[in-house]
Amino acid sequence: MTHTRADYPLAETQPGAVTGKHGKALPEITLDAVLAGEVTMEDLRITPQALQAQADVARDVGRPTLALNFERGAELVEVPQDFIMQVYELLRPGRAKSKEELLGAAATMRDTYQAERIARFIEEAAETYAARGLFTFRF
Amino acid sequence: MVPKLNRWKRFADWDERPLRLDKFAAEDPANGFSAFSSPADPKPGIGITGGRVVSLDGVLEHDYDMIDRFIARHHIDPEVAPEAMALDSATVARWLVDMNVPRETLVRLAHGMTPAKLAEVVAQLNALEIAFAYSKMRARKTPGNQAHVTNAKDDPLQLAADAATAVAFGFDEIETTMRVSRNAWSNAVACAVGGAVGRWGTLFQCSSEEAEELRIAMAGFTSYAETVSVYGTEKSFTDGDDTPWSKAFLAAAYASRGVKMRCTSGAGSELLMGFHEAKSLLYLEARCLCLQRGMGVQGTQNGGIDGAPLTATIPGGVRELMAENLIAVWLDLECASGNDARSTESEIRVGAKILPYLIAGSDLICSGMGSILKYDNSFNPSLINGEELEDYLVLQRDFEADGGLTPLPESRAIELRERAVEAIAAVFEELGLSSPTEDMKTSVVYASGSDDTRSLMPRDVSFISEAIKERGITVIDVVKALANRGFREEAENLLNVVKLRLSGDYLQTSAMIRNGRIVSAVNDPNDYLGPGSGYRVSEERRLQLNDIRDVLDQKEVLRSEALHEKDEARHIRYRNLGPAANGSAKEDVVIGISPAFGLKLYRTTAGHRLSEVLGAMLNAIRARGLKARVVRFRHTADTSFLGLSAARLAGSGIGIGIQAKGTAVIHQRDRQPHNNLELFSNAPITRLEHYRALGANAAAYALGEMPEPIVVPQRGEAMGSRYHARVALIYAIETGLTEAGAAPEEVDITLTGAKS
Repeated sequence: MTHTRADYPLAETQPGAVTGKHGKALPEITLDAVLAGEVTMEDLRITPQALQAQADVARDVGRPTLALNFERGAELVEVPQDFIMQVYELLRPGRAKSKEELLGAAATMRDTYQAERIARFIEEAAETYAARGLFTFRF
Repeated sequence: MVPKLNRWKRFADWDERPLRLDKFAAEDPANGFSAFSSPADPKPGIGITGGRVVSLDGVLEHDYDMIDRFIARHHIDPEVAPEAMALDSATVARWLVDMNVPRETLVRLAHGMTPAKLAEVVAQLNALEIAFAYSKMRARKTPGNQAHVTNAKDDPLQLAADAATAVAFGFDEIETTMRVSRNAWSNAVACAVGGAVGRWGTLFQCSSEEAEELRIAMAGFTSYAETVSVYGTEKSFTDGDDTPWSKAFLAAAYASRGVKMRCTSGAGSELLMGFHEAKSLLYLEARCLCLQRGMGVQGTQNGGIDGAPLTATIPGGVRELMAENLIAVWLDLECASGNDARSTESEIRVGAKILPYLIAGSDLICSGMGSILKYDNSFNPSLINGEELEDYLVLQRDFEADGGLTPLPESRAIELRERAVEAIAAVFEELGLSSPTEDMKTSVVYASGSDDTRSLMPRDVSFISEAIKERGITVIDVVKALANRGFREEAENLLNVVKLRLSGDYLQTSAMIRNGRIVSAVNDPNDYLGPGSGYRVSEERRLQLNDIRDVLDQKEVLRSEALHEKDEARHIRYRNLGPAANGSAKEDVVIGISPAFGLKLYRTTAGHRLSEVLGAMLNAIRARGLKARVVRFRHTADTSFLGLSAARLAGSGIGIGIQAKGTAVIHQRDRQPHNNLELFSNAPITRLEHYRALGANAAAYALGEMPEPIVVPQRGEAMGSRYHARVALIYAIETGLTEAGAAPEEVDITLTGAKS
């Protein structure tokens, strides 16, 4: 289902449907649950579904680029932190020494994490960096 | 002989003003010193073929640099562009200030506009029009504000106390950074805990190295990021060690962790970095802002930022800062509108800089305001700092404008600071990080800045910080520690902030938390369509804004007078002798006192006892061998009429009129009421010696002499601002006792001479 501005804010309109990574819903994440050791950081992680819902809302209120960012974000939810930081590093100027390095990262995003939008985004960067000579060595 | 000088001394006076510490730069477009336009700026233009942007502001696709390419692919909406770019810029400029043209119409058009077009449109507006258009175009209706919370020692106790104070002042966001970068984790925990004291919902960021900042956010301590910088030229961008794609990737990464984020850009950064391409500041900034919309970030920290001081040296620079903020909100971005760097040493320029934002409102008026003292600000001093924060509170009250802050009573501030210091100390103890002593804690609670503290030093903090990082301590551990040590409310508050990231509601444009609820451009959109619409200060909010400290009212004035009543009773006795007679002797000088003089009011505004003032005048008159009488008038409280009435009763034709607040006049029978002999209008600086001289001069006039008029020297004190509220209240007490036609009363004065 597609969310609209009428669903916003999700935490107020449908708190029970807002869950963390392990399915624990907002109302269940209480201080007592934390003290009982029932809440981990993973329970406090946003889900791809919530990001998609926010993307729907953003699109509904006329913010298509914001929606796309949420959708790229949704694809990165499952990507491990280290790999995210590795790809970020690779995207910085002069880190990748060739287009292929970036294309490799794009392929991993696509194949391992089903991050299609992110993969295309990295490919676009690779193409741009090649055109603008960004694969040069920086001392 | 008076020597001739080689300069007008006024210039020497001006040399001493703080303003002269500011340096000003000549307009020089070729070297990048141009605010609004440069010969190197391109003319607006776009080419679209088959839904693809094939030329942008005169650059063909083949020649696009990274920024052109990103804007062409991700910002420009090819459906809207032909229509938007064909519009006459002057017409669009008029629409921006036309309250009948809705915001949404203009936002849609911006999706199809190139940087040169956006810049060309806003450049047509004068400063007032820019402020008005900003007020109409900003995304969220309710204005907000952000604070810097840092200190020179990275002392976590002080960070917690200052964070709690900032939260209580009403800041919607607090931002910290470190003197020593490895102290980031300690700063993060300290501000997260301090920010959870008193209420929940203040968003918090810890500005540090990109990767570290994201890790700290992942551990749950921070709730947003904003130092993701973008630049308007390719060379600046790569020197900043990023590209539009790396930054956009980072934006998606923040979204994937449920952490709010905005970018940063501002005029002058390219100029500072040496790659300005001879373009105007506004054009380069328009590129930055189109980039940011294209990246899909919800907002921007914009308006000079670190480049604001440089921008302010250029003609029109301050107007340019406003113009770039207008482009930001026109592009539908949340705008944390700068006003953070101290762009001048002149307090007048500071006040002038902030005013348009205060009255127009902004998502975050400052990004941020120094809630701490200037020397404690690890970002560098802000436009407005802890020293001047009260001035800002008063500006809110003056203009009935909501600048996002609420006055904080001193006792409440102390209470919150104690609580915050105890809370962070408890967390550190519970987690085995540090055991702050009672002296440390106490020194912080009452400290205005880190010069006053005897607390943790940067090296101590590094051990704490590295332990937090290495042990993988998360916000869950801190929440538990708080609750286990009795800080249950703070634990709940902190948990609530972390829970925000589950729904992602606060990732939407211009989101903040008010009273435990999300307020963003989605559910609180700016709906300005003229007077009566858009954000209005409610009566409840107006009363909050008004509630600054030390406000005078009549009760307060009477209370302070009552304190003096007993004291005066020991110095003087007034005895009413009945109706005053006309004097006939040439030696007769009359002192006319006002209705409340010595009856309800006991001191002049300069603080002199009325008994001493009367004594000084009486003695001076008698010293010349004349006779002085005191007469109370009740038909008037006006100085001139008191004096004239006294003169008419006096055998010498000379009278003195004096009000309880100390304002006095020497008058002469047969003169017009307001054409007196001498007037002593500045009571707050009139000393006893002046009253003595006044008496002596009155005597001299009575003896037919022509004395030198008494000059009460003043040094340009803003007498009105210091005293008029009190004077008006006092004078109302005087006029309240007047009675039409009441006859003058002879008063016998006994000075008992008691010494205090």
